[in-house]
Amino acid sequence: MQITIKVSNLNQGYGKNIVLHDINLSVKSGEILGLIGPSGAGKTRLVSTIMGMLTPKKGEVFVLGKKMPNRKILGKIGYMAQTDALYTTLTARENLNFFGSMQGISKTNLKKTIPQAAGIVNLNADLDKYVKDYSGGMKRRLSLAIALVSDPEILVLDEPTVGIDPELRQQILQELHQEAKQGKTILLTTHVMEDAEQSDQLMMIRNGVAIAQGTPGQLIKDYHVNTVEEVFLKAGRLQDENSSNH
Amino acid sequence: MRILAIIKRVLREMIRDKRTLALMFVAPIFILSLMYFLFQSNNNQTATLGVRNIDSVLVTAVKNDHLKIHKITSTSSAKKVIRQKDYAGVLSQSGDKLTLTLQNSDQSKSAIIKQSLQAAQIKLRGEAAATAIKAQQKAIKKLSTALTTIVKQTRMPIKAPAMSKPKTASVNYSLKTHYLYGNINSTFFDTLLPIMIGFVVFFFVFLISGIALLRERTTGTLYRLLATPVKKGEIITGYLAGYGIFALIQTFIIVAFTMYAFKIQILGNLWNVFIINILMAIVALTMGLFISSFASSEFQMVQFIPLVVIPQIFFSGIIPIDQIVSWLRPVANIMPLYYGATAMSNVIEKGFTFTQILPQLGILVLFALLFLFLNTVSMNKYRQV
Repeated sequence: MQITIKVSNLNQGYGKNIVLHDINLSVKSGEILGLIGPSGAGKTRLVSTIMGMLTPKKGEVFVLGKKMPNRKILGKIGYMAQTDALYTTLTARENLNFFGSMQGISKTNLKKTIPQAAGIVNLNADLDKYVKDYSGGMKRRLSLAIALVSDPEILVLDEPTVGIDPELRQQILQELHQEAKQGKTILLTTHVMEDAEQSDQLMMIRNGVAIAQGTPGQLIKDYHVNTVEEVFLKAGRLQDENSSNH
Repeated sequence: MRILAIIKRVLREMIRDKRTLALMFVAPIFILSLMYFLFQSNNNQTATLGVRNIDSVLVTAVKNDHLKIHKITSTSSAKKVIRQKDYAGVLSQSGDKLTLTLQNSDQSKSAIIKQSLQAAQIKLRGEAAATAIKAQQKAIKKLSTALTTIVKQTRMPIKAPAMSKPKTASVNYSLKTHYLYGNINSTFFDTLLPIMIGFVVFFFVFLISGIALLRERTTGTLYRLLATPVKKGEIITGYLAGYGIFALIQTFIIVAFTMYAFKIQILGNLWNVFIINILMAIVALTMGLFISSFASSEFQMVQFIPLVVIPQIFFSGIIPIDQIVSWLRPVANIMPLYYGATAMSNVIEKGFTFTQILPQLGILVLFALLFLFLNTVSMNKYRQV
């Protein structure tokens, strides 16, 4: 398995504010990396930097062997934003068609991939409805389908399971494992600990610093606790103690 | 291919938004019809009149506060003199025949000249009558009836035909009037219309495209769009083409409506009208997209109208630029609408050709390029490559 995402010594911020401190991570193809942390910790900013929407302040980001930012690499990344960025006056199919062609997928290919992607999120029956008539959960699922529609090598999912009912959530997580088995790299952010436990690798971010990193099993062992949630709480306490010592 | 997909999406969104469509196509017709009926009268200002071989008595009689008189010595044709010196009219005399040639691109100036001439003739006739003996009382009676008809005419100077011919006075001039542009029925509306054709397209495209991009920013679709390999230039080109199509349809409807409903004659080539409006739409679009990056809601976008759009109306030629206080005049040079409206007026009223309006078109292109550049810069906020 080869390394598909590599971040080294990354500092990120705006102006003189540093929002992310010294982030290092690497993800191999076929792996799911879960980024967990409270809101405002810098998860989304890290994701944006990995996608090349932001240029690193310091350090480097490589995706599929190419230094980011790189516009062309974006064609190989399927992205699901935290907020549903959808055209509400269009139907779901029109949204999928539009974003698919923005990713550079041909019309004939889209005819095949749209039912596939919609099938994963159970939207095939509602494809020709207007998005403005969709419920919050349906919109979330459509956003995920848009990320999947180009069959990308890398999936970057910002809070993919928010607002999705438990049954479908399980189904989606299973599907993500399936995609990873086929050699895809998946990066997802979450603040749901159950989702995090299902990741192959975990990275806990708090106040812009990576406070713990490793496989869920290894982390639980290292911190002498029973769940991922306790790892997070303990790592957070340790961070506070360290910073108050300064 | 991406550009095509963006154009398709823009068109689809527009077509589904019936109210916006109605605003774009029905509102201009409503506004223009309203103006057609509102601006049937003229206002007061100063006109320059060139005179050639005119009796000095008549010149003194014609003089008034609203008229500047220049003596012409050259023998070139009146129309040529008007074009060269930009006089509102030229009056020449041979024997007792007067020939008045009016520029008529500003109908209020034409009206001033016509009124002054009427007044002068009444004055001269009055003096002649005073020196006449009582036996001519009959003639005076006739004169007074002539006077009342003239007074009636001065109230509606547009409809006043060539000067009435006094029959009894000793100073007996006959007047023939020629028009350089337009005709005897031209009103202020004719001056206003070319400006409005340009303005309506400018305003609606500015507002609708600005709000459309603003919505893309606030709903996050712009960010999502930039998370694909699409080039920023492709997004803007897609927008330009999509809204350009609507601007073209809008121009077509307005022009067709004004030609058939108001019987406005367009002296220049109709294609030039379309070219100007397409350029205006592109400037409005790029400007709207750029301005929208300073607004965080639709309401804030609307707040830019008094700041960005309304001042442009003032400098578009509705108030002739040479009547604006001199220190304020240069402001017109930074108003895209000024160039568009000038070119439009020249094409519609004076029949200018493509090469004659080229300077204005060139400046509009420069405006578009400037805003295009600023747009790509402002999108860097979302994606830095």
